[in-house]
Parts: sequence; structure tokens; C-alpha cells
Amino acid sequence: MNSASPVAVAMGRNMQIRPATSAANLADPTKILPQQRLNRPVAPHLTIYRPQVTWVLSSLNRITGFALSGSLYLFASAYLVAPLFGWHLESASLAAAFGALPLIAKVLIKSTVALPFTFHSLNGIRHLMWDLGRGLTNQQVIKTGWTVVGLSVVSALAIAFM
Amino acid sequence: MAALRSTSRLVASSRPLFRPAFASRSYATVGEPAPSEQPKMKTFHIYRWNPDEPAEKPKMQSYTLDLKKTGPMMLDALIRIKNEMDPTLTFRRSCREGICGSCAMNIDGVNTLACLCRIPTDTAKESRIYPLPHTYVVKDLVPDLTYFYKQYKSIKPYLQRDTPSEDGLEYRQSQEDRKKLDGLYECILCACCSTSCPSYWWNSEEYLGPAILLQSYRWLADSRDEKTAERKAALDNSMSVYRCHTILNCSRTCPKGLNPARAIAEIKKMLTSH
Repeated sequence: MNSASPVAVAMGRNMQIRPATSAANLADPTKILPQQRLNRPVAPHLTIYRPQVTWVLSSLNRITGFALSGSLYLFASAYLVAPLFGWHLESASLAAAFGALPLIAKVLIKSTVALPFTFHSLNGIRHLMWDLGRGLTNQQVIKTGWTVVGLSVVSALAIAFM
Repeated sequence: MAALRSTSRLVASSRPLFRPAFASRSYATVGEPAPSEQPKMKTFHIYRWNPDEPAEKPKMQSYTLDLKKTGPMMLDALIRIKNEMDPTLTFRRSCREGICGSCAMNIDGVNTLACLCRIPTDTAKESRIYPLPHTYVVKDLVPDLTYFYKQYKSIKPYLQRDTPSEDGLEYRQSQEDRKKLDGLYECILCACCSTSCPSYWWNSEEYLGPAILLQSYRWLADSRDEKTAERKAALDNSMSVYRCHTILNCSRTCPKGLNPARAIAEIKKMLTSH
């Protein structure tokens, strides 16, 4: 077995020294791996990954989608049951209530509703482009991503001040 | 093997015979800097977990190195820490030139190969090194990629055809057809892209992930392969491909500069044109 050179044997260098070995004193060596597998931690992921325009915009796209459709469903169902509870959700009374608010509140409410809408719509165009197989290089993705961020903020403010 | 290594070292290295092994230099360590030079200390925080102490939670351990005595790459820093500071630090490495894919890990928040990642020279910023995200950890920076390799096997990553070539020699293809494989065959399966993909984090059981899908497309796009229909049929379900929501972390992180996202987009296009 020992194929080391006489020099190495004479110097005691024919053996590899391994500090800190794994515990191999289990009765059944085939159990070592399954037992380790039971305990293995999952490496950290979302919390340690660097925020990049790719995945941050993707998650924002999803969050704004949920928020927009969710609020639409909420409002539509409230509108449906409004006569039963005597709520006034008709356009005329909503417009009157909104008109009575101070200007800052108007702009704030309008921009918080407009920003998810403009972002989700503009980012949707990117997604449609990608589904056609276009604009998938890193440079294009970064450029279109920041363009969408800028355009959605500008257009949301434009809507808010209308 | 061990014996072979120590004898060859004796012959090959110029260090004195009786110098202890731990004092030997490796590629990761650069020669002694000039005495007048100020040391350039940088701290590395490294994820540690030991399977022999499963009750202990994973923790971050800090090591401070003089960059003037360290090679330029993150792998050099890791090897130097292992050689000179803490031999228990565990990580995979082999070729140290970005062709084996062993040293894939998450460095400063981004998946990459440690051997291709320069150490940021800004010593004020401390580096953080984790295993590939959302993988099961075998030890320290070593992830369990068993399932990843099983997924690779599941796509039958080899040429499948029934008809022999015309002259009975090789399967030829035109230069244009060969060009279609550029940007696909270079993949080294380091799993950086798959483990950067949030969709793969949440659905790795059924979603194939960018690396395996790039390999799928490599065989779908090959003009010599005759099982394109079967390959497409195997992918045409709600999970294998369509968990890709074009997040595009994959192409952003690929240390080889490939574009798995484009390969997946091409697969989606192929699947819609039956």
C-alpha cells in the first residue's frame, strides 16, 4: 500500500495529516450522511442577496400588481354591497368627498395610487418584450429598468398634479 | 496519493527540507512586501457551520488579512485563511481559473466564482462570504448540489438520434447551426445562476432553474439532435419552465457572461409554436 519514497518515509512525511476530521465513530457508517442531511441548514438567501435592479423591480412588479388588483376587488365588492349597508360609494359623492380635502392630501393620495399603476403598466411592457425574447442583455435590462423607474415617478407626479 | 504529494513537493519546491509544512507558501500568498510598505488590512466575514455540531447555529466568523501579502482573488484570500489562520474553514476549489465551477459562492451579496472575483481593494468595506443562497449546507461554504445534478440528469444532456450519419462517420452540422450553440456550450454548471433565482429558491423541487434550462436549450437548439419533440414535451408543464418570471438575476450573476434568461425565453417561444 505504502508507495511513498524512502526519503519521505524516513522523514515521516509519507502520511497526510488532516486536522479536524469528521466524527466517524458511528456504529453504521452509512448513517452518517442521512443524519447530516437531517440537520443541514438552508443557506441565507433573500436577506443577504445584493439589491439589484433585476430582482427588486421584479418583486415591486408583483407587489404593485397585488396592491392594484386587491384594491380593485375590495372597492368593487364594497361598491356591490354598498346599497345594503347604506354606504355612498357613487362617483358623485366620492368626488365631492375628495374635493373637500386639502391640496396636499389630494396630491399625496393621488400619487400613492398613481405610482403603483404607472410602474406596473410600464414594467409590464418590459415583461412583454422579454417574452418576445428581446432586450435580455444585462445592459439593456439595467437601462430599461431605471428608465421605467424614472418614467413611472414622473408620470405618477404628472397624474397627481392633474 | 498523500505520499505522492509530499514526495513531489520535496523535489519540486525550493524550500528547505525541514521547514514545517504550515510555513510553506502557496499561490494564494504573495512574497513578503517591502518593509516600508504599510499593511493593507481587510476583514472577511465568512459563513461557518459544522455538521459535527448540528445543535450550533450557523455563524459568521471574521478574518483579517493583509492584502499586500494576499493574491488578488477572493479564492486566494480563502486559501490563505485556510493555510495560515484556520484549517477548519471548508470550501470547494479546484482549477482556480473559472473552468471547473467548484468555488461558486455568494460574495458580497452576489453569486460568483471566488477564483474570478477580485478582492475589492477598498479596505474600509468588509467582505461577506456565504454559500450559494438557499442551498442545503454540507459544511461552511460547501453546498449540497445533489438535487441540482439530478435535475441536470433529468433533461438527458446528451445527443439523442436514431438515424446514422450519411457516411457513417460523424454527425455534421453547418457553421450557422454550430453558431447557435455559442453562449450555451460554455456553461460550466457552477449553479451560480440557479441559486440566484428567487423562483428557484421557492420552487427548486419542480422548477428546473436557469442553469438546467440553459442546458435544455443547448440540446433543443442542436441541429444534430432528433428528439426535439420529446424534449419539448418533457418541459411543457406549469412547473419545469414557467416558474421563470423573467426576474433576470441569472444573466446578471453568471460568472461566465452567459445569458440563461435568453435561453429560457427561447424555450418559451419554442413551446408556444407547436
